[in-house]
Amino acid sequence: MELNHTNRQINVTRNSLFEQGYLDEQFTQLEDLQDDVNPNFVEEIVTLFFADSMRLIHNAETALENYPLDFCKLDDYMHQFMGSSSSIGAKKVKNECTQFQECCKVRNADGCTRAFQRVKQEHATLKRKLQTYFQV
Amino acid sequence: MSMEYYEEDVPHVLAVDDNIIDRKLIERLLKTSSCRVTVAENAIRALEYLGLKENQQQSQFNGKGAKVNMIITDYCMPGMTGYELLQKIKESSMLKDVPVVIMSSENIPNRINECLEKGAERFILKPLKLADVKMLRCQLTKC
Repeated sequence: MELNHTNRQINVTRNSLFEQGYLDEQFTQLEDLQDDVNPNFVEEIVTLFFADSMRLIHNAETALENYPLDFCKLDDYMHQFMGSSSSIGAKKVKNECTQFQECCKVRNADGCTRAFQRVKQEHATLKRKLQTYFQV
Repeated sequence: MSMEYYEEDVPHVLAVDDNIIDRKLIERLLKTSSCRVTVAENAIRALEYLGLKENQQQSQFNGKGAKVNMIITDYCMPGMTGYELLQKIKESSMLKDVPVVIMSSENIPNRINECLEKGAERFILKPLKLADVKMLRCQLTKC
């Protein structure tokens, strides 16, 4: 009884992450790669993503404090962030990174600052939701 | 120390990518597709692994390189790009017949054509999926 309830809870949480657009099909690819030999692959790669993205966020934050802005460097950080997000199916984070890159391309400093806030916000939200998902 | 036995027909793939998440993903995808995998975090390390130093002429291939059946590399990498790596491999008499696959998150026709003209086997868009890797694996063993 207990186990059924927990499994239902996991499914509900997981489905809502997809329905609300936080995750896309690529996350399902990760789940498909998990098996008895590698039972924690999803959690491992997601943990790695959040560790690595903290580094990128910190680098971008520092770069955004130095004027004039180095748009090339910022674009590079976001390119990496976008790539990682895309690879784990973090849809909203990926989209915000792309927006940031658009601002870099047209050298829009204010746009970059605003876009970065949204990147951080989506990143924090996803982290919270996935932590809940893995704990269930 | 554990000894791993590899059957003769298990392809050995060298995967090159500067992104740590992508390296983990490609490694899992290749292992799931029954490939032996070596990952390199940049093109220079990849060339060293293959036994080809960047500043060496073809004739100075040191012969100590590992044997690989396929190289799969990201296009955008700091330092030497995937395209430049492809060039070095195709210029090497020892390595030119090794199939090279290029991956990129950007769908740029000029870039794709450039790579294919340089001799890339295939150009794959990221994010990488199991179907992509299974297709490559099939090609390698001609199934």
